[in-house]
Amino acid sequence: MTAPQQPKTAGAGSGAGRDELSHATAAELGALLDRKQVSSVELARHFLDRMERHKDLNAFLDVRPEVTLAQARAADERRARGESGGLLGVPIAHKDVFVTRDWSTTASSRILKGYMSPFDATVVEELGRAGMVCLGKLNCDEFAMGSSNENSAYGNVLNPWDKQAVPGGSSGGSAAAVAARIAPMATATDTGGSIREPGAFSGIMGTKPTYGRPSRWGMIAFASSLDTAGLLTLSAQDCALGFNAMLAFDPKDSTSVDRPREDFTRALDIDCKGLRIGVPSEFFGSGLEPEVEACVRAALREYEAMGAKLVDVSLPNAALGIPVYYVVASAEASSNLSRYDGVRYGFRAEHYEDLLDMMRKSRSQGFGQEVKRRILIGTYVLSHGYYDAYFLQASRVRRVIADEFQRAFQQCDVIAGPVTTGVAFGFGEKTSDPVAMYLADLYTVPSSLAGIPATSIPCGFGRAGRPVGLHLMANHFDEARMLGVAHRFQQATDWHKRVPAGY
Amino acid sequence: MSGTWETVIGLETHAQLQTASKIFSGAATAFGASPNTQASVVDLALPGSLPVLNAGAVECAIRLGLALGSKIAPRSIFARKNYFYPDLPKGYQISQYEIPVVQGGTLRFLVTPRDGEPYLKTVKLTRAHLEEDAGKSLHEDYQGMSGIDLNRAGTPLLEIVSEPEMRSSAEAVAYARALHTLVVWLGICDGNMQEGSFRCDANVSVRPAGATEFGTRVEIKNLNSFRFLQQAIEHEVRRQIELIEDGGRVVQETRLYDPDRDQTRSMRSKEDAADYRYFPDPDLLPLMIAPEQIERVRKELPELPDAMRERLVRDFGLSAHDAAVLTATRAMAQYFERLATSVVDKKAAANWIMGEVSAALNADSIEIEACPVPASELGVLITRVADGTINGKTAKEIFAALWKREATSVDALIDARGLRQISDAGAIEKVVDEVLAANPNAVAEFRSGKEKAFQSLVGQCMKATKGKANPQQVNEILRRKLTS
Repeated sequence: MTAPQQPKTAGAGSGAGRDELSHATAAELGALLDRKQVSSVELARHFLDRMERHKDLNAFLDVRPEVTLAQARAADERRARGESGGLLGVPIAHKDVFVTRDWSTTASSRILKGYMSPFDATVVEELGRAGMVCLGKLNCDEFAMGSSNENSAYGNVLNPWDKQAVPGGSSGGSAAAVAARIAPMATATDTGGSIREPGAFSGIMGTKPTYGRPSRWGMIAFASSLDTAGLLTLSAQDCALGFNAMLAFDPKDSTSVDRPREDFTRALDIDCKGLRIGVPSEFFGSGLEPEVEACVRAALREYEAMGAKLVDVSLPNAALGIPVYYVVASAEASSNLSRYDGVRYGFRAEHYEDLLDMMRKSRSQGFGQEVKRRILIGTYVLSHGYYDAYFLQASRVRRVIADEFQRAFQQCDVIAGPVTTGVAFGFGEKTSDPVAMYLADLYTVPSSLAGIPATSIPCGFGRAGRPVGLHLMANHFDEARMLGVAHRFQQATDWHKRVPAGY
Repeated sequence: MSGTWETVIGLETHAQLQTASKIFSGAATAFGASPNTQASVVDLALPGSLPVLNAGAVECAIRLGLALGSKIAPRSIFARKNYFYPDLPKGYQISQYEIPVVQGGTLRFLVTPRDGEPYLKTVKLTRAHLEEDAGKSLHEDYQGMSGIDLNRAGTPLLEIVSEPEMRSSAEAVAYARALHTLVVWLGICDGNMQEGSFRCDANVSVRPAGATEFGTRVEIKNLNSFRFLQQAIEHEVRRQIELIEDGGRVVQETRLYDPDRDQTRSMRSKEDAADYRYFPDPDLLPLMIAPEQIERVRKELPELPDAMRERLVRDFGLSAHDAAVLTATRAMAQYFERLATSVVDKKAAANWIMGEVSAALNADSIEIEACPVPASELGVLITRVADGTINGKTAKEIFAALWKREATSVDALIDARGLRQISDAGAIEKVVDEVLAANPNAVAEFRSGKEKAFQSLVGQCMKATKGKANPQQVNEILRRKLTS
């Protein structure tokens, strides 16, 4: 078995003198807290300091150390009262599409500049209940629309591996913060790949659970039928611990699935012997960069070495995922974003003639280019005379794609492939060609349309020494097994432990 | 109006549902609260808020559907109707579009035209669907600004759509009244039209009598009284007929009725009608209604006004008109039912309610629920007239006393005030003799053929007995004595 080439630019894990706290996983930090080797307040200070030091990444949009430290003190008090374990007192940061009482929430849009929510998102609340300490709010593409974080009204986020490269999007701030070890864990949202693609581009793990498992209450809507909260983490174990805290039925979200809480760590020690890994030929087409394919094939061989069986599966209509996604997601977005009209909150244009003009100008000036493009696409595909040809047809093809996954899962336990066709691209490389940008989601969109859990785990380095991700997808509600499969890979390899130079 | 034209009317009615909270949020729905005090984060459409369907509103829809004999859809879909308006917080209204919860059904009601006999009419319903109301824009009270009150935003509505089967304003109004009666009867709507709890849009067209194709229809929006509904339709029908007879064409459009000027004016034409870009709301799952739920609601339904009206005609021998009046509201019908159990003469019971009781209610501007005379006591009163204890005139006095709460018991009052009717023939004969003796002129006039003098003598006899003499006996005895 040949291991993938060692990257020249990447550091090879934590060396002597490296800060133990910085490179620890959330689970390891929890253990340090349990052993009283560090306090939650010390941890919070440590990460706030790192955040300050690596400000140039532009990962954070709103930081309020006094609130963070107050939460850390509260966590320390809970430990002093005898509570322990899990993630109590471990820091986390939230993507700026989760509304928070204590930090502003903008969805990286000018139209919500300075907006303070009177309530916390359920995901924020659940993680807070588990004792996680919030470091602040993370930059992202405006309203989570984008694959490079270049659509933020508050500037680009840099990729810690290579500051010439995008961190991926839309959860670029979440990915960069975790990759740079500014936060041991971050929430993110995935509508068509917005957790997995930045995870792959930034050399960390990005996982979305089954649609309907995380509550959408308090998550600023982009495309309601696809939006799924998830996590960017350093390990599968961290993800499982985070899911234990954040995945719960929420009566405030009608699409929330009423299932009991689960222990997502229960299958971490799964035996890969006999595991059937489906490999869809459609995910290894001509557009795939050879270095990326090499890394993914090597990862698959790693699984074979562990006793797994590779099974050829087919998702013949997966390639239609992109057009289907951009019709469905844009249609829903065009309606979801109608509420930002300058009437009740957020940005309002300064000069206007009358009520409708006020709404028109506020929206024209408040939204960025990509958001406007998608509102226009969405409005078009829902219009009288086009609805059947676009929205209805797309909804039908979406079901076809979902059915193809079900057929594939009759032959295999998980599906594996690349996350993206290539490694992180450079700033401005694709901004003039929206379709090229949309194709960054080619492999992530089908599972989003099917609503199944999926994850991206680091599996090597490709062109220009930039990270490559391995894509794992599982059937509905099969997160625990998927995380177990990912965990076995992380037991056998150390790609997830690589830290970008200088961090 | 020209006799060669036929009017075609269909109605869309918005009934505000009597749920404690809004259709997709937990905010209260009470009318008249200070602006924006009954608007939750969902009603304000704050970022991250999501709708959750109020099960109470669904129950209301099932009740109405069962009462109309409609199909209750086992699976219906909430859709978004997208348009921008300052008092529409989300930029879309959640409604039902392609698959509504209530499908089909009929409403049967009595039409009483101004000229002609009352008749029963059955109108087919197209559908009824659940939706949320918008807020209110207040432009008048603010200089150069507009106020937005979102208390009403998210209030649950049932939009009830009829087929275009009404053929006159009288039929349209009768339909609207019957539907109003029904929704209040079912307890799903308070029916308050001033507060907008029940309002109609009328689709009106005309066509040459005998034609099978419909004419071009005009929609008249937001008619919040039966009188405005009638006037608006009559005005619009005249306008359309005149337009066509003058060689013009009716344009499909939405018009508003101005009751002050008794005219309709154009609001928007079909051409500039908004494209609402309906699509299924991805925040809400399809509404599933199990057969068991429908059966449970069916068991809880009260007897419906139409069935009760039929029963009153069949079992009590009332006229269709009387039965319709008595079933105008459930409270009225219940009062009548209580009264009828204790009274042999059901027609007399009906007459009392439609006469004395209704007049007193109107005079005091109160509803029958607040009637100070219990049905049981009114029953005693009617029985005392029937068994000859008192006469009709005394009965009215007693009723007035009961109304003013001067007494609570009819029998006690009769005894206390000595109101018992004098039916003793000997006693009456004595009074008659005295009256005849005291009024020789009147006697002479009568005998010379002046019938009027007889009535004056009856009056004297009644006066002499303080109104307590049995008037029939007075008549008989007096006539016998004068003609013998």
